[in-house]
Amino acid sequence: MEWLLFAAQLGTLALLLALVYRPLGDYMATVYTSPRDSRAEKVLYRVVGVDPANQQSWSSYLRAVLAFSAIGVLTVYALQRLQLLLPFALDLPAPSEHLSFNTAISFVTNTNWQSYSPEVTLGYTVQMVGLAVQNFVSAAVGIAVAIALVRGLASRSAGSIGNFWVDLFRGVIRILLPLSIITAVVLVAGGVVQNFAGFTDVTTLTGGTQSIPGGPVASQEAIKELGTNGGGFYNVNAAHPFEGPGAWVTIFQVFLMLVIPFALPRTFGRIVGDNRQGYAVLAAMASIYLLSVTAMTAAELAGGGAATQAAGAAMEGKETRFGIVLSTLFGTTSTITSTGAVNAMHDSFTPLGGGMAMVNMMLGEVAPGGVGAGLYGILVIAIVAVFIAGLMVGRTPEFLGKKIGTREIKLASLYILTTPTLVLAGTALSFGIPTVRGDIEGTSIWNPGVHGFSEVLYAFTSAANNNGSAFAGLTANTPWLNTALGVTMLLGRFLPIVFVLALAGSFAAQGTVPATAGTLPTHKPQFVGLLLGTVVIVSALSYFPTLALGPLAEGLL
Amino acid sequence: MSTTTRELDAASPARAQHAGQPTGAFSPRQLLAGLPGAVRKLDPRTMWRNPVMFVVEIGAALTTIIAISELVSGPAESAGEPLPASFSWAIAAWLWITVIFANLAESVAEGRGKAQAQSLRQTRTSTMASVVDGYDPAADPSAERTAVRSVASSELTLGDIVTVSAGELIPGDGDIVWGIASVDESAITGESAPVVRESGGDRSAVTGGTRVLSDRIVMAITSKPGETFVDRMIRLVEGAARQKTPNELALNILLASLSIIFLVVVLTLNPMAGYAGDTVSIPVLVALLVCLIPTTIGALLSAIGIAGMDRLVQRNVLAMSGRAVEAAGDVTTLLLDKTGTITYGNRRATEFVTVGTVPQHELVAAARLASLSDPTPEGKSIVDLAEDQGHREGIDGTAVVVPFTAQTRMSGIDGAAGVQIRKGAASAVLAWVAAAGGISPAAAAQTESVANGIAKDGGTPLVVARRERDGSARVLGVVHLKDIVKEGLAERFADLRAMGIRTVMITGDNPYTAAAIAREAGVDDYLAEATPEDKLELIRTEQQGGNLVAMTGDGTNDAPALAQADVGVAMNTGTSAAKEAGNMVDLDSDPTKLIDIVRIGKQLLITRGSLTTFSIANDVAKYFAIIPAMFAGVFPGLAALNIMGLHSPASAILSAIVFNAVIIVFLIPLALRGVAYRAANASSILSRNLLVYGLGGILVPFAGIKLIDLVVTLIPGF
Repeated sequence: MEWLLFAAQLGTLALLLALVYRPLGDYMATVYTSPRDSRAEKVLYRVVGVDPANQQSWSSYLRAVLAFSAIGVLTVYALQRLQLLLPFALDLPAPSEHLSFNTAISFVTNTNWQSYSPEVTLGYTVQMVGLAVQNFVSAAVGIAVAIALVRGLASRSAGSIGNFWVDLFRGVIRILLPLSIITAVVLVAGGVVQNFAGFTDVTTLTGGTQSIPGGPVASQEAIKELGTNGGGFYNVNAAHPFEGPGAWVTIFQVFLMLVIPFALPRTFGRIVGDNRQGYAVLAAMASIYLLSVTAMTAAELAGGGAATQAAGAAMEGKETRFGIVLSTLFGTTSTITSTGAVNAMHDSFTPLGGGMAMVNMMLGEVAPGGVGAGLYGILVIAIVAVFIAGLMVGRTPEFLGKKIGTREIKLASLYILTTPTLVLAGTALSFGIPTVRGDIEGTSIWNPGVHGFSEVLYAFTSAANNNGSAFAGLTANTPWLNTALGVTMLLGRFLPIVFVLALAGSFAAQGTVPATAGTLPTHKPQFVGLLLGTVVIVSALSYFPTLALGPLAEGLL
Repeated sequence: MSTTTRELDAASPARAQHAGQPTGAFSPRQLLAGLPGAVRKLDPRTMWRNPVMFVVEIGAALTTIIAISELVSGPAESAGEPLPASFSWAIAAWLWITVIFANLAESVAEGRGKAQAQSLRQTRTSTMASVVDGYDPAADPSAERTAVRSVASSELTLGDIVTVSAGELIPGDGDIVWGIASVDESAITGESAPVVRESGGDRSAVTGGTRVLSDRIVMAITSKPGETFVDRMIRLVEGAARQKTPNELALNILLASLSIIFLVVVLTLNPMAGYAGDTVSIPVLVALLVCLIPTTIGALLSAIGIAGMDRLVQRNVLAMSGRAVEAAGDVTTLLLDKTGTITYGNRRATEFVTVGTVPQHELVAAARLASLSDPTPEGKSIVDLAEDQGHREGIDGTAVVVPFTAQTRMSGIDGAAGVQIRKGAASAVLAWVAAAGGISPAAAAQTESVANGIAKDGGTPLVVARRERDGSARVLGVVHLKDIVKEGLAERFADLRAMGIRTVMITGDNPYTAAAIAREAGVDDYLAEATPEDKLELIRTEQQGGNLVAMTGDGTNDAPALAQADVGVAMNTGTSAAKEAGNMVDLDSDPTKLIDIVRIGKQLLITRGSLTTFSIANDVAKYFAIIPAMFAGVFPGLAALNIMGLHSPASAILSAIVFNAVIIVFLIPLALRGVAYRAANASSILSRNLLVYGLGGILVPFAGIKLIDLVVTLIPGF
């Protein structure tokens, strides 16, 4: 029965995504290749003082990305520290330095890790001027970087990979804003709240009183899912009835998280002039997604341990209005798209189900991954796959006519090295430095032992992959975790961007090798399988021993 | 440095090939012979150049130190699991063996080259050269009247003019400026038949160390001692000149990155395990690291490269750099000279076509008579064809041979009885007939139409006419001379097409002839009426389109094109300029070998890619062996992952390490021989190699580790 429901929901989702794949993908391709600027954009270019016709080299594109993001971090940090001076602060005090640091980085890096309860920490001004703005621009930065890489692959002997400011503004104005407005209206119709009301005191079923704020939830919810941000208005995120009111809204939210990442392969295919390439990338992403969501659902439906047997199902931490299948669908989507929103508590999933949430992130957020980040992530892995496979067919490996030489493989390797190193080093330092370990054991971990280890591992996995979801049993609002996770998010976002843009530049500078019968085709099922295998093997090899200490040790006891 | 003749013979690659002996064979004796070299290479200063194996060596040293300290402290336990006392020793020993096996692969590959180098060194013995001071090419081209002085060959400098007489060794590389001589080049090519070298033209280059058999030559030295062809050959086959090629460098970076990831995995394991369960002992961690880093491909990588060069040398091709060998695998356009490569050097008569009412036998007999004294291969082929058809007429003793001249464009014979026979270009012969006594317009038209038909088919028409004693003349018919395309080429070109390589025929012929031969040979395209400049232009155009071009050449006017091409194979019979410009030299001077060179280049890359895939795929099984074993003490539930049913944690870890070492030796023959390669498109090659080396790489270690485990359990304590 549950499996039938699962199949029906997946089918609906697949149908919706299939319907928008071509129109949205083609539209985005037009947005990023059109020579015309709209009037609003021209005004913005004048305000910022950039020339939209200026074609940037990869290094100057990178400098623009970094400068823009640095300003973002400083602004969000300042807004939080000055919260009491701002309107609509709901009389909430300024968060601590380390929390503000963590939150600022978290939103600028499209992670939306929240070490705090948003509704009792941040006022509406910080939420809207700081966080909501970053929800838009951080998503636009992700897409811009992906487009820059695609341009590099598509161009011939060019010195330029586009103009960051044009890509940024067009992404916000032509894609994210219009989609968010439509989406917000649909969400309001579905029961998500949208107001500026303060706290409302209500009497709960058990007779206690609870103070629940209203707020501009629907507008933030729209970009939270569309931009694969994930930072909720409420602490319990989409599990809150104001944020995730019911079943069909959940499916809609899942659709929103997937819609841009799954349409970007089309954009990629369009810009490189071969739609089959887009379908191949899409097929690899979709296969991994399907395997993953099936695995997590199977783990949760099977349950585990005496508690779930007594309860009849593994419902701990899940909302009864969603049930198991909608929780795993949302949970998988959120962790595999780098969104990090939740409508159930992953910490309470069965060990193997929670392990799958971690595995989804450890795959490198490529199936389909975050907006933009998923596409550039899978393209980098495709480069590695092409390199090994290309050697196996007896040619200097090439991808879309671009040779994969020493420089390209160096950059791709560095990209692949970054995230596992951050995850493993962050987790190891947390347990390896005696004072830190004392702090973690004393303050942060509420479930000592293997599960507590999983919580910390989950936190660093989430931060390094810019996901933002959490095993909520961990108290992360401590100086160590706020700082360490902040640094992890920062490096986990911008080091890969450096490598991707450098790759874009080195591809752009190359001529194109014509395809012959001796060229490895990258649009056939064979290559899809190869890509899938490379994604799985690269992450499995990096994380298997660590997973054995956490979810596997717990799940196989 | 004494070498018996028998050894020398076996060692010389060329001779081995000419004698039809199998090459590329591999015997266990080679392993033994390579052992001392393998142990010498343990020196860290040598090892660090191979980062993957250097990590293994450090691990081996570390484990050895721990094993020694355990003599005092007693055996340590790992993650709550007691380990047998001999565990650290066993791991340390097998790690050292792993490193030695890796070095062995390289030693064996190098060993083959060393034998070849030794035979080449014999030719480098110093000899005395007769240097001509003040050589005057105009007044005394043969340098017979100018004084010579003796100089040791090692003292020669660029531009020196030396004379070499019959029986003497040629003192250095150079070009003949005067004279003609037969030269024994067997020291280099292995070919015992002497070759003719003469001044001027494309056969003027001579190589130091070869011997003049007859006559006397004057030559100019073109390379410094120590940088001669033979010196370069020695360095190449010994591997001393070996530099990492671009793809090899890129692969090394990927392997190093994988090693770094696994280093991070291993280094971060204990802090985490210390909280979640219990810490793991250092020998176990080292074992995990060594199993995970790509040791198999790391161990075999340089052997694969050396063996690739060696395969070329076995085919008598010298690549001046590994880069060129790799480029050969990437070639997308192959330029092939028509003459000598696609067709036999000479045209042959294939048919006699009569004109008007002339009987066939009259035409054949006349054509044969006109050619009996014709020394050209075409003339001989006419005689051969006529005799095949049963004509054996004798020649009139007083007949006068009329040789071919550029003015008449005809040749033939004047019989004593006043009968004249001529053969030649259609226009010339027709004019001759017309001048003798007129020709009917119908006969002229028919002759021209037959001749044009032959030309359009790619043949060369040769019109035969006869003038009687009374002065009347008539056309007898036309001989069809044809370029004979070498057998089996069409299939080879089809193979190349399947590999994604376009073949372009280069010829000086007119477009008609070129098109016809191109069609018959099955090449994809042709360049007719080509000059060396056209050839260079074609290469540039192809390269601008992103193609990689390979070509062969021998003449000095080929040199710019050879230099421009990505793979330029110079013929050994060619000029020094051509050899200098190309990046490979074919000692057999066989232009069709270009196709073999492309295959060898591809095979080299495929071998690297396949063994890398195999190496990485192996990790899956090793994880399933080591991870459950590593934490068996603290998380007994992980035993569910022990799908191989390995006996104990200690035996599981040791078995994985032993497998990791042994697989290197098993793969040495494959690394040296190269992965099997057949012409096919990229997709089907990939499918096959993924199945064999990818899937095989996942499955083989499961079986291998299980088998080794069965043996290891016999050791007490494991």
